[in-house]
Amino acid sequence: MSAGGIKPARPFPAAARDTLGNAQMRRNLRHATTTIREKRQRAVDELPNWEALRDEAAALKDHVMAHLSEYLLELEASVQARGGQVHWARTAQEARSIVAALAQRHGAQEVIKVKSISTDEIELNAGLAAHGIHAIETDLAELIVQLAEDQPSHILVPAIHRNRAEIRELFQRKLGAELLTDDPKALADAARTYLREKFLSTTVAVSGANFAVAETGTVCVVESEGNGRMCLTMPDVLISVMGIEKVLPTWQDLAVFLRVLPRSSTAERMNPYTSFWSGVTPGDGPQEFHLVLLDNGRTDVLADDVGRQTLRCIRCSACLNVCPVYERTGGHAYGSVYPGPIGAILTPQLLQLEDENANTLPWASSLCGACYDACPVKINIPEVLLYLRGQISDAQPPSVQAAAFKVAAWVMSEPHRFEGAIKLARTGQGPLVKHGAIHALPGLLAGWTASRDLPAFPRQTFREWWRQRPAAQEHGPDRPEDTSETAGNAWEPL
Amino acid sequence: MSAEARLEILTRVNRAQPAEPTRFQRPARPVSGRDEHDVVEQFAEYAAEYRANVIRTSRSALPAVLGDLLQGQVQVAVPKDLAADWLPAALAVHRDDPDLTDLTVITAVVTGAAVAIAETGTVVLDHGPGQGRRALTLVPDHHICVVFEHQVVESVLEAVQRLHPSARRGQPLTWISGPSATSDIELSRVEGVHGPRTLDIVLVAGPP
Repeated sequence: MSAGGIKPARPFPAAARDTLGNAQMRRNLRHATTTIREKRQRAVDELPNWEALRDEAAALKDHVMAHLSEYLLELEASVQARGGQVHWARTAQEARSIVAALAQRHGAQEVIKVKSISTDEIELNAGLAAHGIHAIETDLAELIVQLAEDQPSHILVPAIHRNRAEIRELFQRKLGAELLTDDPKALADAARTYLREKFLSTTVAVSGANFAVAETGTVCVVESEGNGRMCLTMPDVLISVMGIEKVLPTWQDLAVFLRVLPRSSTAERMNPYTSFWSGVTPGDGPQEFHLVLLDNGRTDVLADDVGRQTLRCIRCSACLNVCPVYERTGGHAYGSVYPGPIGAILTPQLLQLEDENANTLPWASSLCGACYDACPVKINIPEVLLYLRGQISDAQPPSVQAAAFKVAAWVMSEPHRFEGAIKLARTGQGPLVKHGAIHALPGLLAGWTASRDLPAFPRQTFREWWRQRPAAQEHGPDRPEDTSETAGNAWEPL
Repeated sequence: MSAEARLEILTRVNRAQPAEPTRFQRPARPVSGRDEHDVVEQFAEYAAEYRANVIRTSRSALPAVLGDLLQGQVQVAVPKDLAADWLPAALAVHRDDPDLTDLTVITAVVTGAAVAIAETGTVVLDHGPGQGRRALTLVPDHHICVVFEHQVVESVLEAVQRLHPSARRGQPLTWISGPSATSDIELSRVEGVHGPRTLDIVLVAGPP
């Protein structure tokens, strides 16, 4: 089952400890993020007005947020005018029930799915399974994840943690495919053969939506493989689940997002296929269309002045590919279908900061700001991370940590106390130091070393060294001169 | 249940949505001053970079070019309203009229396009005259798309503007940039997962 929902099973530090040990995944991820990062920069540099486009995309999304009810009503009316039906779902549970009831009404035992994170968010596949309906993922990566009974680890390339040998073995075992090689072309062919029969025989399809235009009632899905086109075209019934923040005011507004999304996401000028449809078209494609508008915590995010910008997200995954934490821990550590920097702010907010595991996610960041620079809709992720940390800490009762900081403040406020404490620590650390670092602190301090090492206290402090230097007071320390070697290592942008 | 959910979500949105500090203004859209010839050249170059085969020709040579491309194709389909004089007179084709029931036996399909975009190397079908229903260019493995040079616009923005009437009429649209492709397995690009494996773009100079 690939649909994982948004509730992490464990706190981030515990989950990250496990994923960090997976050398294969770390290699795959480093390769993937480095490749996409470099390509993306080239794609972005090609447009002369990238910064202006980001500003426009951000402003447009903020405008939508300020008039959201108006645009949702307009979208509803336009979709209905084109023969589509619109449903509203307050929660994941409600959305699952709507989709299941529609599939059941058509007697469907199987539905085919276009890759969609919103359906993963609501755990649709499990929801349908509870009604005896099997959801078949048709995106190659989602299919791999589903067959492996695994979880996606990246928004865009969900099976990035799996290599070709694993996929070959999986297809042989689960699809009965005879594969002489693990060449990606042969693997893709095996998926094509298996899925083609499904595309041509299944009557109900489920998709997400990248955008929906209020003015025209046009829904848009962006993809590469053609599985999207198949699902959106061949079945009799199409059900699309869409977060309420995805609405755009006018047809022309698509231009901004169709320029920023592919370049930020797959680092392409344009993805191979983009499909647009409005309601139903007689004689062409599904003759029954349902649009499910999903809240599931989004109105709570909308109500928050700082957190609201999170709803600008167009799910491009540019922030994942630049994040040093994501690159090392991988997507599974985040425990939600929304991994990486965007997941670290979106997941806890969708859960109203009430989930103790999701509430560890705002700390899953080095606050380096690379995600903010990469974001095509200028979500200030570091700002939201810090804000959420504050909200979560404030909500907690006064802790041992707070008491410890009080003591630390007292110790550090006087030089003699501080020096005394350092001496004491140096003497006391003896048995804890191994290879120059402390890997496990005892008692209440154990939390610090649970996810990081502590460097050992040095044999001599700076102050001690300073006092021992002859005539230190008169001249000050020598400065090393700049060497040509360091000057030659100038920082180069990606 | 749905009426109740609708009311509750809209009420929540109304309470939560902020007052807009300054009303959003869409930036002025500068009209491109680029030379038409350059724009067409860029389209041809970028489409080819996405592994579409771009064939340049003139209106008068179009039937001969299509005849060459269709050499060896046994089951060729075209939209019911494709201009008959595009194709070589001797060529036997299936007209999608009434709808062909089994598209899986079709080996190649020839259609027109609505717009092509230089900035991205994209062809756009709005499934209007000469472009057929969506399934026609999806199920067969080889899509030959005829684009006239006057249909090529410089940017995504211009394309969206030009397609506004089709969108207002509720027509579906398919934007195609190269053949179907995936990079899901170790980021190795593979063409032809589900859509056509081969995309030929016949770019026709001069008036239609």
